[in-house]
Order: sequence, then structure tokens, then C-alpha cells
Amino acid sequence: MCLAIPALVEQINADDDAVVNLGGVRKAISLALVEDIKPGDYVIVHAGYALQKLDLAEAEHTLQLFADMSAGIGDNED
Amino acid sequence: MKYIEPFRNGAVAWKIARRIATEADPHRDYYLMEFCGGHTHAISRYGIPGMLPGNIHMIHGPGCPVCVLPMGRLENMIQLAQTPGFIVCSYGDMLRVPTARGDSLLKQKARGADVRMIYSAADALQIALRNPQQQVVFLAIGFETTTPPTAVVIKQAQMLGLTNFTVFCNHVLTPSAISHILQSPEIRELGLVRLDGFIGPAHVSTIIGSKPYTYFAEEFQKPVVIAGFEPLDVMQAILMLIRQLNTGRAEVENEFTRAVLPDGNIKAQRLVAEVFELRRSFEWRGLGAVPYSALRIKSRFAEFDAERRFALPVLSVPDHKACECGAILRGVKHPRDCSIFGTACTPDNPLGSCMVSSEGACAAYYRYGRFREHDHDDTAKVH
Amino acid sequence: MRQAGKRKPVYTRKLDFRHGRVEMAHGSGGRAMTQLIDQLFIAAFDNDYLRQMNDQACFPVGSGRMVMSTDCHVVTPLFFPGGDIGSLSVHGTVNDIVMSGARPLYLSAGFILEEGLPLADLKRIVESMAAAAQAIPVPVITGDTKVVEQGSGDGIFITTTGIGVVPEGVHISSERAKPGDKILVSGTIGDHGIAILLAREDFAFYGTLESDTAALHDLVAAIVQTAPDMHVLRDPTRGGIATALNEIAHQSGVGMLLHEHCIPMKEQVGAVCEFLGFDPLYMANEGKLIAICAPQDANRLVDKMRAHPLGQNAAMIGEVIEDSHCFVQMETRFGGRRVVDWLSGDQLPRIC
Repeated sequence: MCLAIPALVEQINADDDAVVNLGGVRKAISLALVEDIKPGDYVIVHAGYALQKLDLAEAEHTLQLFADMSAGIGDNED
Repeated sequence: MKYIEPFRNGAVAWKIARRIATEADPHRDYYLMEFCGGHTHAISRYGIPGMLPGNIHMIHGPGCPVCVLPMGRLENMIQLAQTPGFIVCSYGDMLRVPTARGDSLLKQKARGADVRMIYSAADALQIALRNPQQQVVFLAIGFETTTPPTAVVIKQAQMLGLTNFTVFCNHVLTPSAISHILQSPEIRELGLVRLDGFIGPAHVSTIIGSKPYTYFAEEFQKPVVIAGFEPLDVMQAILMLIRQLNTGRAEVENEFTRAVLPDGNIKAQRLVAEVFELRRSFEWRGLGAVPYSALRIKSRFAEFDAERRFALPVLSVPDHKACECGAILRGVKHPRDCSIFGTACTPDNPLGSCMVSSEGACAAYYRYGRFREHDHDDTAKVH
Repeated sequence: MRQAGKRKPVYTRKLDFRHGRVEMAHGSGGRAMTQLIDQLFIAAFDNDYLRQMNDQACFPVGSGRMVMSTDCHVVTPLFFPGGDIGSLSVHGTVNDIVMSGARPLYLSAGFILEEGLPLADLKRIVESMAAAAQAIPVPVITGDTKVVEQGSGDGIFITTTGIGVVPEGVHISSERAKPGDKILVSGTIGDHGIAILLAREDFAFYGTLESDTAALHDLVAAIVQTAPDMHVLRDPTRGGIATALNEIAHQSGVGMLLHEHCIPMKEQVGAVCEFLGFDPLYMANEGKLIAICAPQDANRLVDKMRAHPLGQNAAMIGEVIEDSHCFVQMETRFGGRRVVDWLSGDQLPRIC
């Protein structure tokens, strides 16, 4: 369930309305479910609502984890 | 796209796949259930089964709210759609779901019913505001991810004093469903079905957090790894599950740390608790009655509850006789084991719930995997 | 249409293109209809065939094989970034004609207008059609107009029929794909489908993406010149490249293997698909083509297409294989493999 994607918050308007940007497309969404969001933050968007702020440090950390997990495996196969 | 593309990196994927193959114990099989339909879709869409060694089996769980909505509830909405003066609003997912009679909301629309597709719960509210003379009913489905937006619009409707907006609430709960599966006789007593561990849902977990899964890990001694939505997240979670199983651990681990906190989204949880309460029991298509597994609207908001306002009857509609969805949803059978899979029951003519949504086990297998004779493709040369 | 004779008819009132609307009278065969045809359609399409005001157009038939195609055009909204239903109706039928390798010769156009459609919109659409046709050039030599009551149509429905002639030695047909052939696409996929979505207000999206609607006759001529033994050409409109490829696979009795990382796509198309849960392989294209050719022609063809303004992002995206199931498979960007199946109904935005 739950198709949701991380998008960049560009603009915050009154009444919990905001505009996010993903790949150059802007979309109006609601921030009614989250707090302390600023332009420049990334949020997970589901059905027009932001569900959670993306922790960018953790995102980088996870990518690093992938890189570490795959370290030591040869590049030559496949 | 930032924070999406890097999590789809194919080169890294093959390396993790190789690590999985190295660490998986060749003398045992691993049966892993991905609960969330979104994960089912991702696993199929990216061809992940073909990248795993043959002794790792992915089992599709019932985390597809479209698939588990009983046909009787859909019939309620169709009857409302046929009533003059009503506008029925629904997410796209539900529009093509057929009832036993082959009817659907989309077919009703073709016959003149006012059925509107919406992308967001907020759209339903807008439709109510723009059509004060019509009764607008919002078909609310979904697990814990989709419930908070419904809570928001009900509260907004109350603030605005709307008299023409109601919600038909079919929100269901993840932990109850997982419990139900783990407590089924096939798994608990008879040992007929092997279920070794769970890939926890991504976005449900952003709302409920990682703590609720601790119960399963402890009570049933099954590891749970909460995985992000992207295919690398899923591969990583599979590796983490393999490691737990190899070392006899049964813990809750969080792979989706960039969006899931132990406590989840408290603000969203509070909003939901304000508007909804537990139903004692709720019928799930394919699973039967599951206790404390669904939500209904609190009496405080009764005027926005379609069930109460329009005295919707409880309709029980049985599934097709040959349909194996119940067994498939519980992980007991594979779509291939169903006698009508791919013949009478196809995505174009879905007879059971697992074929109805693109993330249902049968639809995913039909759409993405049926070219393979077995679950694991010989061309995925993982050594 | 009434016979005009040698004298032009006299109209009591000028057509009000600024504030006027289509009325039932405009379709009823009387003076109002003649005036509309004369002062809008004939004025815009501007050719001798139409000026004769006959019910039919008469033209000489040369030797060779003729090709005919018809397309009905129904699109909401009527005007969208990059085009409108008018230019779409011309490009769509011309493209269907040229996918056989034919040179387009003539077009006809039938209009079903909804009572109440602003004449300003109709004028804009017809002039856009005329411009699209003149750019090729292919004249619109005959047509018809009917008006339906308000509520019975989406503003305007346009049906265009085209005729072309296929040069000697050219045999392009969907049953000619053979194992070993290469599959090429002339540019980025999904642009039109997504541009239409952006233009509809339902989803509150804001983007700069435009429809790719374009006439492909010139690109096809260049392709056929480079590879006279072209096997298959197809413009992947509704249902996207996935649908077109599945159709070709079945008609040719073959399978296909695509490579996702080779398929060109604009970032905005990908982004909207992510939001709504769409698969870009199924999104409509109106200015792109799929070419299936013998392997030795593939590289030259890609170069030739890239040198053309409408083929700048051309790419080789896969190959034809033996497969009794006629599956279209794809090696995903991620590394695993999956089937690219037929579409069941329109894609609908999903939350799951």
C-alpha cells in the first residue's frame, strides 16, 4: 500500500498549504500532518499530504551502508 | 530525482544480491513475507525475485487495502452512487474493482452515476464545497498511511459546518493483520506454512513508528525489518533478515531510518485517535473476520459517518468458489496454485481480490513474473 | 453542403468569432452552416478542392499502392501546452499514414461540435489544423460538420481521414519483426500523456512539459532512405510504447527484450509518474515513432534520426527475440527482469 515519494519543499503558504518540487514538476500539497517544515526540507508525500520529513543525514548514511555492504564484491562479474 | 534515483542503483543492487547469495545458508530455505502491497509491486516491477538465490522465497502478504476490501462494502458504495443527489468520490485504485455481479464504480459512472476520481482526500472536501446541493460520500480506504488525511478532512468538514459531506470508512490496521496471519492454524499449530520473517511496510511505519512491531518479534519469534520503498531498500532488508535468521535473532530493525522514527509521526497519530476508534471486528476479503483490525468514525463526528447517516446495510458477498485469494493473502498458496489464475481470472477480468489491484499478489505475478517457469530465473546468475 | 454556383451566397450577419457560440443551426444544412463552412473552414484550409464547395473532392489517382487511415480525436482539455485538438488531429492521421512508409497526399476532416462551443475556440482549433496541414503540406480537401445538443459532447470531436501512396519496394508492416532485429525509438517517451495531465487542473501539478505532437513524415522519409528494408514503423499513441510493442510482438509472433536504462525519458515525465503511480511505458506519445529494423541498419538509423530535429533523442532500446509466448520483457534499470504486459483499461492514479 501507500505509494509515497520524497519531494523538495519549495514554498510554504498559509493554512498548511505548500508547494513541493520533484524533477522539475511542482505540486500543491498539505502539511497538516507534519510540523517544523521549512523550504529546502524534503518530505514524503502520499495522496497530497506530507507524512514525514526526510532525515537527509540518515539518507546519506543509508546510501553509505549500501556501499559498505557491497564493498569487497568484485566489479567484474555481470 | 534526488533521494529516489540513488536507491535504484543497479550496480549496487547486484553487489548486495551477491552478498545475500554468499551469506544465505545453502542448507536451508528462507521464507520472507513482504506485508505491504507497495513492496509487492516494487519487488515485481524491478525483477527482484530473479536476483535472489533459489532458497529465498518471497511471500506476498495482505497489505493491499484494495484487495482486502470486502465486496459487500463496495456494493454499499455502488448503491449510494445509484442514488439521485449523491456524488461518490474515490481514489483511482477502487474504481475498477468488480463486484460479484461484475459491476464497478466505473461502470456505474458509465451508466450516469456521479462518480469522481480523486487524488487526495482534500479533493473530496472541495467537491462537497462546490456542490452544496449534493451529498458527497468519500470512499476512504487504506492502512495507517492513508488514514491521517481522512482524519484531517473530517475535522475540516466539522470546522466548516458542512452538512453534505460524509466518509465511508474502511481504514484497516497493519499490526492486526500481521497478528492474524501469524496466529492462523497453518502457521502456528500445523506448521504447514513456513514464515520466517517480515519486511515491514515503509510508509505505514512512518506513521506508526517501529515500536509496534516489537510485539511480533517477541511473541512469535520472527524478525521484522522495516524497509524503505525503493528496491535497494528491499534488497538491504532481505540481507538484514537473512543475517538475523542465520544468527537466531528475532528483532525489529529499521532500514528506513531516513523516514521512520521509533515513535513514528505523533501528530498524525493524535489526529487519527481524535477522529477514529477501533471496531471490535471487521471482515477482510479473503481473511474472514479479524478482531480489532479496523477503524470507524467516533460518535462526535457522526454527521460525517456515511454508515450512520445513510443506515448502510451490512452486506456479505462471498468470493468466487474457485478463488484462492484467502490462502494466497495468508501466504499459504501461490497464485500459480489457483485453478483460475490466468484463465478465468486475469487483470482484465479479475475475479478475486489478489488480481484486482496492481499490487495484489496475483496481479503482480501475472503482470511481471509469469514468463518465468519457476520463481527464480535461471538468467540471474548469482553465485 | 449546398451548391454555391458561380455567385457567393449573401450572409445577413457576420459571424461573431469573438463572442459567438456554436448553435444547432450551424449543423442543420442551412445558411448558417454554409456561412460557417465558408468563413471558417474554407477560409482556413484555403484550397481549390474546398472552394468548389462540392460534397466530395475529386483527384487523380497515380499508380502504386495507396494507404488510407482514419483517426477520431477526443481530448480534454482542447488546448494544452504544445498543441491542441486541431494540430493533434492532423498529426495523428498523417503519422498513421506515414508509418507504412507512404507519402501523405490528402486529408478529410469531420467535426462534431457541441452546441455552445465558443466560436473563438473553434476558430483557434481550425486555424491550428490549417497551419499543421500547411506545414507538411497536406491539403484538407473535404469535410463535414454536425452539431449536437449541449451536454452531448466534449466541446468538439474531430475525425480525420488521410490518404497516401507507398513508394515501390517499401514493405513496412507490423508482422515483419524478426528475431535479431533491433528496436529503436525516436525520442523521449510519455511527453504527450503527461503534458495532458499537467494541463488538467484536477491534480494541481505545475510543470513546463509540452506535448510532443508533431508530423513525422519527414523523419520517416529520412528513415526509409537510410534503411529501405525497414521492417516495422509504429507511432505509439494511446497506451504508449508498451502497447505498441505488445501489438507488434503478437502480429509478428515474436518476443522482445527491452533495456530500461536505454529508454529516453524526460525528468518531468518520470516525476509525475512517481506521484501518481503511472508507468511511463504506457503513456501516450504523439510525435514519436518506434522503428524495428535489421541489426545491420540500427546504428546508421539512430545516427540519422538524431540528426533530424524530431529525432534528437533517438535511441536503441532493445531487440526482438524468439518467444512463443510473444512476451515483451524488460531488463529493469535495477538489474532484474520483468514482463511489460498489455494495459488493462486506462491507467488510474493510485494511492497504493
